[in-house]
Amino acid sequence: MKVSTTNRLKSIIYHVCILTLGLMMFYPVLWMIASSFKTHANALSPTLIPDQFLIENYIQGWQGFGDLTFATFFKNSFIIATTATIGQVMLSAMTAYGFGRIEFKGRNFWFSIMIITLLFPRQVVMIPQYLMFNQLGWINSFKPLILPKFTPLPFFVFLMVQFVRGLPIELDEAARIDGCGVYSIFFKIILPNIKPALITAAIFSFYWTWQDFFTPLLYIQSTELYPVSLALSLFADPQAVTNWGAMFGMATLSLMPIFIIFIFFQRYLVEGIATSGLKG
Amino acid sequence: MRNYVNERTTLAGYIFISPWLFGFFAFMLIPVLMSLYYSFTSYNLISQSFFIGLDNYKEILVDDSRFWNSLKVTFLYTFTALPLRLSFALLLAVLFNQGRKFVGFYRTLFYVPSLIGGSVAISVVWRQLFGYSGAMNDILIGMGLLENPIGFIGNPQTSIWTLVLLAAWQFGSPMLIFLAGLKQIPIRLYESAAIDGANWWQKFFHITIPMLTPVIFFNVVMQTIRLFMMFTQAYIITEGGPIDSTMVYVLYLFKQAFQYSSMGYASALAWILLVILSIMTFLIFKSSKYWVFYENEEGGI
Repeated sequence: MKVSTTNRLKSIIYHVCILTLGLMMFYPVLWMIASSFKTHANALSPTLIPDQFLIENYIQGWQGFGDLTFATFFKNSFIIATTATIGQVMLSAMTAYGFGRIEFKGRNFWFSIMIITLLFPRQVVMIPQYLMFNQLGWINSFKPLILPKFTPLPFFVFLMVQFVRGLPIELDEAARIDGCGVYSIFFKIILPNIKPALITAAIFSFYWTWQDFFTPLLYIQSTELYPVSLALSLFADPQAVTNWGAMFGMATLSLMPIFIIFIFFQRYLVEGIATSGLKG
Repeated sequence: MRNYVNERTTLAGYIFISPWLFGFFAFMLIPVLMSLYYSFTSYNLISQSFFIGLDNYKEILVDDSRFWNSLKVTFLYTFTALPLRLSFALLLAVLFNQGRKFVGFYRTLFYVPSLIGGSVAISVVWRQLFGYSGAMNDILIGMGLLENPIGFIGNPQTSIWTLVLLAAWQFGSPMLIFLAGLKQIPIRLYESAAIDGANWWQKFFHITIPMLTPVIFFNVVMQTIRLFMMFTQAYIITEGGPIDSTMVYVLYLFKQAFQYSSMGYASALAWILLVILSIMTFLIFKSSKYWVFYENEEGGI
């Protein structure tokens, strides 16, 4: 009897501690959401309960600047992020099949090169890339934001190779007996069986493109081509902001796609991270 | 059937990895070599560019105090944020590895900040939270920890720490990796330690930590590089200031290239960055044999 009481006490302390920690951690996010509903005078106060629920903040914020509303910026972000995601995931899957399943001369060599590039920061190549895209006349278009994503990302390839290697080889052999070649095995056997890895990669790819600030900052000049990240940074310019509520409102909206996807697919992210980190 | 290598499979192999090969050459190897070439020139987008040998490097290393400052700031940021982020990640991973109720939910919840921490939205929030009239001052004054408000962002003494705090806040992915690592430690190790009368701390330091060193190693490598590359937060929250106190390396590189248009000079900075990162990674890998423990070592493979 005594043991179970101490256990219960321990368990209560545990959950109280975790929840307190969680509240502290989520304070900035909750504060942002709360402040997006507050009146102007109150917008920067620390309280998490807004003095009023002003939907007007959102309506005003949505107006954006000039004659461009946030609808344009969201549309731009969606176009960029979805096309980039499709390209990156499909091509990563192809490469993963090549590395994970097909035996060919030079495979280990190229695979180790790819592993090394996992550690390679892309900021190092930003200048020559910029000059290259400048030469091609791609500045101020979506091309430099989308086309470089039509290459596999080493991190995704690595994740998918783990998956491909985990599939029983008997699947391929059975398919081969049924007359499948090396190409149809990819479409009929591999792709349907690595769906979880594809979803994980797609979510990350979408997230990273959606939140990317660096690339649009370099390449996009016209306001009508701004993605949300760039628009928000301009909208929240400390020298120009007068309407805090609207700024917090747009910041909140910019994170909505992230939260919504997370709510439905969090399992894939949590498991994807765990496998990528371990089986190295 | 399993291990056949012939021309047909080799061709198929190269066809399937061709997207990666293309990306590797077009967006990595060739640009890196191009930037090496530019780093020896005075290229600046406006006037004609000249080959000037090692002049850029000489100027950076000898005359450029802003370069040395940015290096100092970046190292300070990286090596304070790294232990904070990783110890936070480990602490929570241990807490969530106890098989209690709701741990799956907690684990997911605590992962969220690392998903959004790099976004413009959070940077904007952080700037207001720690600003002179921001909420953090009200909270600290309310708790009696502070008498007068401080402009955390505008003060060169404190500005970098707001960025370090934001970095520590994003401990989610190393936490998940630690958790996965903890799950792989065989229960029997703890059981036999318990029989020997070991307490929780002894188990933690003599079983958990040594068994986790490969995962710690992985996290150290990945997070060091990630922190070293920080840009968005410094650009939006502090704009590198005040008086360059948060002018991290990539931000300085960006300013040289795209505000002063010194492409040649910035290319040299990019190459120095690449060298620094390679040395750091090499050192971490080298050091690993002294502290990373692989289970199959004793038995031999």
